Order: sequence, then structure tokens, then C-alpha cells
Amino acid sequence: MRVLTRLAQLAATLFVASLIVFMAMSVLPGDAGLLRLGMNAEPAAVAALRAEMGLDDPLPLRFVAWLGGILTGDFGTSGTYDVSVLGLLAERARVSVPLAVYALVLSVALALPAGIYAAVRRGRFADRAVRGVAEIGLSVPAVWLGLLFIYVFAVYLRWAPAGGFPGWDAGPARALGALTLPAVALAIPQAAILARIVRTALTEAMDEDFVALARAKGRSTAGAVIHHALPNAWAPILTVVGMQFGFLVAGAIVIETVFNLPGLGRLLFQAVAQRDIVLVQGITLVVVATVVIVNALCDVVAVASNPRLRRGP
Amino acid sequence: MLTRRFALALALMPVVAAPFVASAPVAAQSERPLIVGMALEPPHLDPTAGAAAAIDEVLYANVFEGLTRIAADGTVAPALATAWEVSADGLTWTFTLRDGVTFHDGAPFDASVAVFALDRFRAEGAENAQPQLFAAIDGVEAADPTTLVIHLSRPAADLPFSLAWGDAVMVHPDSADANKQTPIGTGPFRFAEWRRGDRVILTRNDDYWGEPAAIARAEFAFISDPGIALASLLAGDVNAFPNFPAPEQIPVLESNGQFHVEIGTTEGEVILAINSARPPFDKLAVRQAISSAIDRNVLIAGAMYGAGTPIGSHMPPHNPAYLDLTGVNAFDPDRARSLLAEAGAEDLSLTITLPPPAYARRSGELIAAQLRQVGIHAALKPVEWAEWLSSAFRGKDYDLTIVAHTEPNDIGIYGRDDYYFHIENSRFDAVMAELETEADPDARIDLLHEAQTLIADDAVNAFLFVLPKLGVWDADLEGFWANAPIQANDITAVRWTD
Repeated sequence: MRVLTRLAQLAATLFVASLIVFMAMSVLPGDAGLLRLGMNAEPAAVAALRAEMGLDDPLPLRFVAWLGGILTGDFGTSGTYDVSVLGLLAERARVSVPLAVYALVLSVALALPAGIYAAVRRGRFADRAVRGVAEIGLSVPAVWLGLLFIYVFAVYLRWAPAGGFPGWDAGPARALGALTLPAVALAIPQAAILARIVRTALTEAMDEDFVALARAKGRSTAGAVIHHALPNAWAPILTVVGMQFGFLVAGAIVIETVFNLPGLGRLLFQAVAQRDIVLVQGITLVVVATVVIVNALCDVVAVASNPRLRRGP
Repeated sequence: MLTRRFALALALMPVVAAPFVASAPVAAQSERPLIVGMALEPPHLDPTAGAAAAIDEVLYANVFEGLTRIAADGTVAPALATAWEVSADGLTWTFTLRDGVTFHDGAPFDASVAVFALDRFRAEGAENAQPQLFAAIDGVEAADPTTLVIHLSRPAADLPFSLAWGDAVMVHPDSADANKQTPIGTGPFRFAEWRRGDRVILTRNDDYWGEPAAIARAEFAFISDPGIALASLLAGDVNAFPNFPAPEQIPVLESNGQFHVEIGTTEGEVILAINSARPPFDKLAVRQAISSAIDRNVLIAGAMYGAGTPIGSHMPPHNPAYLDLTGVNAFDPDRARSLLAEAGAEDLSLTITLPPPAYARRSGELIAAQLRQVGIHAALKPVEWAEWLSSAFRGKDYDLTIVAHTEPNDIGIYGRDDYYFHIENSRFDAVMAELETEADPDARIDLLHEAQTLIADDAVNAFLFVLPKLGVWDADLEGFWANAPIQANDITAVRWTD
């Protein structure tokens, strides 16, 4: 029953998001046919191209046609690139998905120990230091961090390429090498947020009676944190991680542009500039679906990890 | 104790496991790849089916060749046609085609292929972005495999020039439909791979009919951010940027001995277009006042960091037919104010519509400030390229707008009745008609001088400057074009010298 409700929510979210994006793209001034043929094109040729791209049909008809295609697994053809949208998405997802996962892993790997350490050392120098560093991490825009990394690690140290992606065919080491700077630039602001959430969630849990009881029964502070406080703090942490995945996908638009990565974010940016509605719709659908599904999974894991939430309606 | 255990736990946490990889080792000299940076990625790879300059910038002369071609100095040179002649009435052109040329897939090139290609481009509703190139063609026939005859409906003295454009390159019936994804031409490079969003890779065509390319493998890498363009050059990820996107960074590159910087010219006349269909811009005095209010040298210094050449009409100074008209409606704020008073247009408020390129946005800000000095209040309206094309250009919904007209020899646009800027001038139309038939070079130059003078005197637009070509390449490279008589990156003569 829960699963069905979730699926219905997912479908409704996707439908509403698609409709909003479609309407927004439709009111934007611009003509995809004219963009392709340029300033010297004959009006007849532009009209022929528009007809071929299906841009002259009434708006509701175009949306329904697109929706019908999606339901049968046909994402349509990109007006700009003249290739299947699904193919483009698959190509770009090979960059964006590993990037988002890489950034998420880095962010958790940085935030979890830092947050736990700060919570255990609450009020002491280490706690203040972690919070101070997190404050800095939070204030630094990912774009600026990206540019800084490029100049330090690519231009001066020459440890990594300044941008671009060699493709997975070049070997996982080179591909991951190209994704490392962008992933770190994406992860640092997210890690700063997450570290603060972890610290707060843990300190709250540590004030609970059962933690005090555990300590009274002889558990060390660390033991009490790991065995008693942490299991109770998972829910807010996982919820934030799920939300962060959405930010990572959105942040990727900027970071992929800065690092010149051929990912979904940059493709979306280009598709909007080219008024390629079918492509924009396809990307939006995939991104929204991913974010919704990841959030749902985080909720499920949070519930499963906490006995008190499991007994819900 | 506790703290120590936590410190240990922290140390064991999987922290940034960065698999950094240094740049690939340099290959043997003759096989060292060439990586060329470009700001924009082409939407597809067929130069005959789209307006995007980036298509030609990868493929023109490298992968695709036309019957004729534009050489580095801007003149028309033979390519797949070795010679041509025109009948006395100017209506029949006979092209002698090169024998023994094959496409990259092995298909032979002959006159029947040329007939197919030209008929394809000039067909009704064809996807070709420059239909005016073929407008005079009435029919094309293959007299024999190496003789192509083109019949015209009216004389067109510049036909060899028109056929040299990227929009007129030769394509084969068997491969033409697939050229957008897998381009197959006759050029010294063959298409190898397109990693969409990243780069297009070309390899040397060992079966080329002419002088083989010195570069064995060329990659065109697409880098839209000007800051990353600089970083990629400095990091060695890119060897050359024939059109470097950030004039403000040129001093950095010039002071770095690793690079050669070449500031050349282009065919891009940057104009402040004036919508004379809207009062008060229909008044000559108002248009003259706008031109006189603008100090072109300030624009070049401020918007282009010193690169660029001022112009007084719609022709770049390197063109043999150029006439220096920068003295017509030259910078003179006092004259601008009195012209506005004479036209009764004091306290004029207007909007300048600005498309995305940096030259337009930066010039727009400076022009707004200069117009304010003569009492014109200018609001700035930045728009996306798509909106500029459909609203300002096609919809003629603008007061003033800044754009570069990058096509070569395009003064004819001032005769188009339905163009986004237009001043009716029957003498100009007559000059254009004479140009179509006039073959004598000196007489053509006289006509072009007159055409430039007419549009300058009419102050159709405010003529600002010619876009510079900011070429940057590794000091160990030679053979890049210094100027850009056509939007292309011809790398057929490029080679490593070290």
C-alpha cells in the first residue's frame, strides 16, 4: 500500500513538473527553427523545419503527444542535435550520475566523522573548530571553489585536467581523475551542511535519557554515541542526504559548465538556450524522477533504521 | 583514550581518494596530436544544413571541400574544381573538376555528385542556411565526369566566391543524409569520433588527393567558459585557440613565452543597428546624432581591451574594396546634441537590445553612457540568442541593437526590403544590381566604394568596429590562419615545429 502511494506520488510529481516546464518553455520567446537556420534563412525553409519539428501544432496537442511518447518509452528527437533524446540522456548520465554519487560519497565521508567528532567534543575547541570550518565550507560558492581548484591543481600542479571528460573508454582511473575536482567542489559545501546536521542530530540524541542510561551502565562516551545515539539520529541525517542529492543534481549545472563536463546539467543549459523543448522535457523528467526516487529511498532507509518510526500507520 | 580512538577512526575514514592523473605522455613528434579549443560546440556536423558557425569551424577545408574555397588571404582559390570560365552573357559557367578524388568512404567524386549536391542545397524548403548563395542558379548539369555546367537565371559575377562557402561544400548522395552525425567529405582529414559535449576527433586522410596534412590526429575541444579556456591553455590540455574568447586575458598569454598570440581581422562588422521603421529613428538627423555620440576608440579600449579596428561603413579594412569612412558621422557630441535639437528629439528615451556575446554586452554599456552625454536615455535589455533572433531580428521589435555581421562580403543586406534594418535608397539598389553583372575588378571596387558611402551617409546603422580574431597557439605550432576571411579553422597546413 505504501509503495503504491509512493508510486502515485512519483507519477503526480513527474506530471506536474513536466507540465510546468513545458508551459515555461512555451512562453519563452525564441524559435528553434530560426535558431537552426540562422539570419539568412528563407522564411519558407524555417516554416518547413518548424513543421518537421512539430512546432506548429497546438500546445495541448504537443504536450499530449510528448506524454504519449513517454508512456511508450519514446522520449522523442532533439530538435537541436537531430538524434534521439534517450540516447543523449544515456550518454550524459554516464557523467552526471557518477559525479553526483562521487560527490555524495565524499560529502558523507567528510561530514560524518567531522559531525560525530564535534558532537562528542561538544563545546570544546574541536567542536568549535569543526563548526568554524563548516561555516567557511558553507559560505564558499561551488563555482569559485571550482575555479580555484582548476588553477591550483590543473594549471600549477598539473595533477588533473583543467576540465573536460576523457570518457570511460579511457579507463576508470582517467575518468575518475577528471571527475575528482568537480566532485570535491560539489561536495565541500554539502559536507559543511551535513556535518552541522550530524552534530545537531547527535547532540540532541545524546541528551536523551536512554543515552544517559547507557552511560550510567558503563558505556564509554564513544560507545554510547555509536550504539545508542547514532541509530536514533539516522532519520534526520538521511533525510538531509536525500535532499542534498537534489542540490547536487542542480549544482551540477554550474559545476559541469565550469569544468566543461559533458553531463546532464550542461546539456539542460544548452537545451534551454536552443529552445529544444523535447530535450529539456526529457532531462527534467529524468532529473525529477531521480531526485524523487532517491528521497523516497532515503525515507525508507530512515524508517527501517529506526524502530520507533517503523510502527507508523 | 577516547579522543585517541576517535582520531584513529577519523584517520581510517575513506577520505578523498583522489585518482589524479597527470597529462598523457607526449607522443612521438610527427604523431603528436593537435588539440584545438573552440568556445561553442556545433549542434551537428553538416555545414550545408545549419547556420551555426561552429560547424564550419570544425569541418570547413578539413573534412569537407567545395568546388572552390576561400584561401587564408580571403581570395577565391580552386579546390575540387581546378578551373572555371563564364560565357559572354554571364549566364553559363563551366567548371573543370579534379579527377581521381574520392570521399572518405571510397565513393568517387565527379560532376554527377556536384549536380546532386547543388540541387540538394537549392531545393525548395532545403535546410541550407545560406539560400542566397544559390539564388541565381537556374540549373546544373554534368557535361562529362569532370565538367560541370551551371546555368544562371541572372548574371552572378561572384559565383565562384559563393561556391566557396561552407554551405556549398560537396556531399555524396550515399552519405549526405548521415553527415550530421558522421560527416563524410573529400578533405585531408576524416571524421573519427564525436564525443558529444566534449570534442570532435579527426584523423589524417592518407588517401587525400592533395598535399597530406602534417597533423595525424586533431581534436576540437569545446570549452564555453573563457576562464577555463585560459586555464586549459596554461595547463596544456589545449594547444591552440584560433578564436580565443576573452580579450581581457590576452596580455596574460602574451607575457607567457609558451604561446604565440596573433591578433588578426575577421569579417565581423559590429554594428549598432537602428530600427528606422520606428520614429524618431526614421529621421536622418537622429540616426546621425546616434552615430556622432559614439566614440569608437572608447568601445575598442573598453569592450575589447584594445583589439579591434574602427569602421565607418559595412566593410572590414582588409578588404581590397574598403573605403575609410570613419570620418562620416565621427565622434562629435556637440554635433550630436545640435542634430537632436534640429530633429526635435531632445530627451529621447530608447532601449538597446543586447544579445549574449561579450562584445555586444560590453559595448552596450559603454554606448548607453555615451548616449547619456548627448541627452539620450538608453535602457539596456539583455536577451538570449534565441530571443534576439525571433524578437529583434525576425520580429523587428527593437530600437537599437548590437550585433556582429560575420558573413564575408555581405553589404548586400542593406538592399533587403524586409531586413531588420532598412533605409530605402534606390541608388543603393541600382549599385547592387550593377555589381551582380560587373566582372571588371576595378569597376567592382568603384561600385563597392559607392555602396559603402551611401549607407554611411544614410547613417543606416552606427558602424562600430571589426571584431578581432584573437589567435593563441603553442609557440611550437605553425600554419594557423592569422586572419579569418571566413569562419573556419583550416588546420590543413598546421604542424609542430619542435
